[in-house]
Amino acid sequence: MADPLLTFTEHGIYCARGDFYIDPWRPVDRALITHGHADHARWGMGQYLATDLAAPVMRHRLGDIPLETIRYGEVRDIGGVSVSFHPAGHVPGSAQIRVEYRGEVWVASGDYKVVDDGLSTPFEPVRCDHFITESTFGLPVFRWKPQAEVAADLNAWWAACADAGQTAVLGAYALGKAQRLLSMLDPAIGPILCHTAIENTNAILRDQGLRLPDTVHATAEVDPKAHPRALLLAPPSATDSKWAAKFGARQTGFASGWMALRGIRRRRSQDRGFVISDHADWNGLLWAIEQTGAENIYVTHGYTEIFARYLNSAGWNAQVIPTQFGGEEEDAA
Amino acid sequence: MNRFATLFNALDQSTKTTTKVAALAEYFIHAPEPDRVWTIAMFSGRRPKRAVTTTKLREWAAERADIPLWLFEESYPIVGDLAETITLVLPPPTRETDHSLSHWINALRALADVDDAARKAFVLDAWDQLPDTQRFLFNKLITGGFRVGISQKLMTRALARATDRDEAELAHRLMGNWQPDSITWHQLIEADDAQADAARPFPFYLAYGLDDAPETLGPPEDWQAEWKWDGIRGQLILRGGQHFVWSRGEELMTDRFPELARAVDFLPDGTVLDGELLAWGDGTPQSFNALQKRIGRKTVPKKLLSEAPVILYAYDLLEDRGEDIRHLPLSERRARLERLTADLPADAPVIQSPKIPFDDWAQLHALRDTARDVQSEGLMLKRAASPYLAGRKKGDWWKWKLDPLTIDAVMIYAQSGAGRRANLFTDFTFAVWNGNDLVPFTKAYSGLTDVEFRKITAWVKKNTQQRFGPVRQVTPQHVFEIAFEGIQASPRHKSGVALRFPRMLRWREDKPVQEANTLDDLNEMLRVYG
Repeated sequence: MADPLLTFTEHGIYCARGDFYIDPWRPVDRALITHGHADHARWGMGQYLATDLAAPVMRHRLGDIPLETIRYGEVRDIGGVSVSFHPAGHVPGSAQIRVEYRGEVWVASGDYKVVDDGLSTPFEPVRCDHFITESTFGLPVFRWKPQAEVAADLNAWWAACADAGQTAVLGAYALGKAQRLLSMLDPAIGPILCHTAIENTNAILRDQGLRLPDTVHATAEVDPKAHPRALLLAPPSATDSKWAAKFGARQTGFASGWMALRGIRRRRSQDRGFVISDHADWNGLLWAIEQTGAENIYVTHGYTEIFARYLNSAGWNAQVIPTQFGGEEEDAA
Repeated sequence: MNRFATLFNALDQSTKTTTKVAALAEYFIHAPEPDRVWTIAMFSGRRPKRAVTTTKLREWAAERADIPLWLFEESYPIVGDLAETITLVLPPPTRETDHSLSHWINALRALADVDDAARKAFVLDAWDQLPDTQRFLFNKLITGGFRVGISQKLMTRALARATDRDEAELAHRLMGNWQPDSITWHQLIEADDAQADAARPFPFYLAYGLDDAPETLGPPEDWQAEWKWDGIRGQLILRGGQHFVWSRGEELMTDRFPELARAVDFLPDGTVLDGELLAWGDGTPQSFNALQKRIGRKTVPKKLLSEAPVILYAYDLLEDRGEDIRHLPLSERRARLERLTADLPADAPVIQSPKIPFDDWAQLHALRDTARDVQSEGLMLKRAASPYLAGRKKGDWWKWKLDPLTIDAVMIYAQSGAGRRANLFTDFTFAVWNGNDLVPFTKAYSGLTDVEFRKITAWVKKNTQQRFGPVRQVTPQHVFEIAFEGIQASPRHKSGVALRFPRMLRWREDKPVQEANTLDDLNEMLRVYG
């Protein structure tokens, strides 16, 4: 048998025939990037290729990088290998990367979720022979509720805080999760204030035409008293900061798939945890894998051994791929 | 069970004491009376007899969730709680009902009389009609162990608010051996109870650890020194011809230490003593190991009574012939204690814990270094003029403990924690070198910060060599400084030693694995301190 089209190296996923890497974690000449999160889009690559929707955020985060863009579905030839990007539904602009050479098809899914969040281009299954899947929530204990149900809980919490004269401080990752939450919030309850890291990302996504509710940039100068009934949206690291303390009496909430586990909820000492994730849950992962029609599944990033063992018991040919993704899983997911 | 679930969520979602007390008080006013009694029972560690084994529960849950049992078993340690794991893997309910808490408890108790098939049908049917939190609580009713950050004290405060009764009185009412299935709310909370007054303890006065040298405390003549004993802090009450023994956690321990009953023969009525419960032999306090056999036992077999007899080593007198003397200076209380206990026979279950005479601090430094020789953990320093205060107060009472023993050890196994440490590797096994082998000698769970636990968790995930269920064997690479209070020979352990209160003092990231300590080092410590 010929060498496989994609291999797993210490720099990341590598295509020797096209001489490119997918989401490499060390500097390489040519990098195809699934999405702009820091553990996938790293600094120092000779050349970047990402979707046109992901590009502005990557430029904002990585500066003036040599970045080419590609549209969803557009096919590019790299060293005789056909490459195309397809919606992964993880965050706006995120992609699965399809790689084909002489009928052998691989898909590296990056991070993905299969439900439509109303903001990201929804996940599209791509038929392939070899599917590289994440497994952040690859256990049967993770089953997400419909977004509308979580939105109702979230707004009820915010309204209760506002009625009690407290600021609702909500922690969420600045790219993706924050904007998804914005789209779930009911602006009739009160003003939405955003931390600089989030507001900057909002501006970029608004420029791209994404519809987000009005927000107020919560700079150091902003007067909390001028914004009663406010919800303050901040990166997880800032919800307990001096900056947040300026907003007086407050409750903190945190939105993440990890909030499904009571132990983690309690460990983070938040008042409320909202179970909402940009990763697929157990059923979502299994559905996505089924849809690809792939026989060979490569499991990365998460509960890899357990998930791969289950896939093997259910008839797939699955193996675990070591990864360096996911240093701050509990914050990002 | 909706009302109970709402209460549980309110308690679980808040980190603020005031919010928790308010939610509980609200519940104690409005919930049906039998539900209130069961709630008090469960939050104070009582639960209905287990009607179904956890083995069966796991099997049924995996079957209902349509997943292999091994997958359920792999998920359990990650979630860190069996009741929660079951709740999460099951499909959503197909219908919803709202029966009271007592309804479900009584239904579970009725399972004792039916066969496994009927039990299974009942449990599956219950799962299918209970949403999220209620399903979790139903499982908890079976498995036990509610941890919602509600101490007995908080619950008592909420009860006091709901009933307009005195907190201390309620605290005592909740002590002892009452059973939730045979007591009413009125009997438990409202009915007159003359005995309550007689048995009621004084709040304990607790010392702070002394971080600086005692020289910072001022002139030595203002201070009284005693050994700090490694036993169980206790209060002995002799009133109305009866005796009561209370722990620092305000748990009534009278039945656990029957030796103390004889105190009524030697001491006058209206006496309350504060002291340390210690195993006693050959005229001296024995090691904590000897006392350990008695801990957790509600009743004591005769054999154990003679093997590890317990006495109260008394160091303070709080009530003297019916008079509350806590406001008097320690020197006066101490003088009265000495008079009271001066003529006790050698076999009396109360012995006076001696003062340590000293003239200057230097002398005390030297004495403290010998604490281990007398089975003590260090010294207690108490201001001679101090009244007996309530709770932990800074200024007058200090514990000046020995520095712990320490050893540098290699982490070889890691296991994830439970509860709020679920999904985080927090429970480690440590080893020392014996030639080229690593010999495990202790486990430790505490001492690292959350940030360090997260860092080591990420490392464990990437450096697992082998898995044994929830336990990961990891690359021997990281050295930790392990602190402990004592060391004993133990044939049950591979290393031949057992440590007292081991914990991680520091993560020695600077230390290469080859430089960890050896089994010889450990044996030398056993020789010197064991």
